[in-house]
Amino acid sequence: MSTRDIVHIALFAAIVAALGVFPPIILPLVGVPITAQSLGVMLAGSVLGARRGGLAVLLFLALVAAGAPLLAGGRGGFGVFLGPSGGFLIGWPVAAFAIGWLVERTWQRLDLGRAFLANVLGGILVMYAFGVPWIAVAAEIPLATAFTGALGFVPGDLVKAGIAAVVAVTVKRAYPIIEAKTSA
Amino acid sequence: MSFGLYIERQSPLHRLAPSVKLAALLAAGIGVFLVRDPLWLLPVLGMVGALWAVAQIPMRQAWRQLRPLAVLMLLFLLVHGWLTSWTLGFLVVLRFAILVLAAFLVTTTTRLSEMIETLERAMAPLTRFGVNPAKVSLALSLALRFIPLLYDRVREIREAQRARGRERSIVSIAVPLLVRTLRMANDLTEALEARGFDGTVTADAPKPPKPRR
Amino acid sequence: MIEILNVSHRFGDRLVLDNITLTLGEKRIGVVGGNGSGKSTFARLLNALVVPSQGRVLIDGLDTRREAKAIRRKVGFVFQDPDAQIVMPLVEEDIAFGLKNLKLPKPVIAGKVNEVLDRYRLTHLRHQHTHTLSGGEKQLLALSSVLVMQPEYIVLDEPTTLLDLRNKRMMQKVLAGLDQRAVVISHDLDMLDGFDRVLVMHEGRIVADGPPKAAVPAYVRMMDGLE
Repeated sequence: MSTRDIVHIALFAAIVAALGVFPPIILPLVGVPITAQSLGVMLAGSVLGARRGGLAVLLFLALVAAGAPLLAGGRGGFGVFLGPSGGFLIGWPVAAFAIGWLVERTWQRLDLGRAFLANVLGGILVMYAFGVPWIAVAAEIPLATAFTGALGFVPGDLVKAGIAAVVAVTVKRAYPIIEAKTSA
Repeated sequence: MSFGLYIERQSPLHRLAPSVKLAALLAAGIGVFLVRDPLWLLPVLGMVGALWAVAQIPMRQAWRQLRPLAVLMLLFLLVHGWLTSWTLGFLVVLRFAILVLAAFLVTTTTRLSEMIETLERAMAPLTRFGVNPAKVSLALSLALRFIPLLYDRVREIREAQRARGRERSIVSIAVPLLVRTLRMANDLTEALEARGFDGTVTADAPKPPKPRR
Repeated sequence: MIEILNVSHRFGDRLVLDNITLTLGEKRIGVVGGNGSGKSTFARLLNALVVPSQGRVLIDGLDTRREAKAIRRKVGFVFQDPDAQIVMPLVEEDIAFGLKNLKLPKPVIAGKVNEVLDRYRLTHLRHQHTHTLSGGEKQLLALSSVLVMQPEYIVLDEPTTLLDLRNKRMMQKVLAGLDQRAVVISHDLDMLDGFDRVLVMHEGRIVADGPPKAAVPAYVRMMDGLE
């Protein structure tokens, strides 16, 4: 891990935090907030790649756990991991890692479609694989019910995956970080 | 740290070591999942409330933490009342309330800097698996240093885009934010190297681990 | 003594430094040049942030290609944008950062930090968040964080470009009082008045070299001629 890698990890943790200034949109009925922050998670993976992206999100969560109110709406502390959406938070670094892994595999031919697919698989599938079971266990509801409830978020997350794909492809053109790493 | 959730008070809870508070939270977290009767959870919630009073944390803080969960809690209660039993519904709701309030009590009585030190110490055994404490500690400091700066950047970029009527487009904010930040990453890397950072020194521990680069 | 021997440097296909040979022994050296003239890269040669593609750079006989670590202790570097070089959340932590990298004992670090805070009148800010400082205070902090390491040389890359007039004058005064030998890259021609030597750069070459009285007018004529 070079000094440059550490700098990228720290600055992306700060970017995820800064995206928290956009007020969360609370979906009616389901009540779980949609925030620009999970977009930050997708971007960390798409722009930095698996290892650095995952660690950037992990660093962000460490600061949240330590009591920095960095989650959208000014929330923080260990409580956010123990609440109903705690599983999704735990899934964040894994999701960033998965997105990064997929993006690295397709880096030379990265276009909107591939970037979108990586973000859907990593950012939605992996994220839900952590978030939904936790709700099912903690709220003692059947997995299928929890899953049905979570479906309400899929449209919002698809939009975010699309935004993340556009941003990732644009930033790649202006400032390719993953390539810079493999060639160095 | 200026943006922590810490609330300054003179209380035994504030003086308690962070690691003790975290251990207690962990025990409570396991405990509430072992209990199957909501009647047993009521005194536990009462205890958390009592600790809250001991720590002199205003009750409206408790409400601020619970309010975002209110809709979801109500939903869980209704789903259980309808499909399984009201008892189970109350159990789930009480459990979440206890967990969230107890965890927040730990957060609000512990300084961010102390908590970060505790987390850093907890990570020490990972040194064996190639985790470099000097680098972890630098990453934490850099993030704390640059979060307020990037908040300002987001605000600046939003204002600039507002002038063009595009402040609602996240793409038009995220792209310049990312490109500017990546450019700054270059300067910052040079600055760290110019000041002799080579990943062999931790922020506070004088004994350095073996360099790994 | 700084010796630059037949140095050329490329970024990809672009030649940014074109066969420069110089010996710098003066106490105050200014470097001027237009945008893209190579002066920033030139500055980075001096503390091994850039190792030249061809040729050698020697600082008191040490080669930047092999002795980067020792050279960074000798040569302090102040960047244009203090925001990109203040690395710690608190003022005193930032000043201590470089000393910790030198693995000095804690009491020694504390002593040196106090001394520098006092000398540059930053003591009242020591527990402040670096983010909350004004532009002038940030540049002063950036300089203090480098000076606390007691380098023998100091290189400043456009230290006043982002400052207002009042802070520019403050920086100028601080620089004038430094014991170290200094190489200052600058757009501010009036800053170079008391200097011993001024280098004018254009397209990667030194096109004029001499005391400010001769070199600065040559630079102004060249810039006028380019319009």
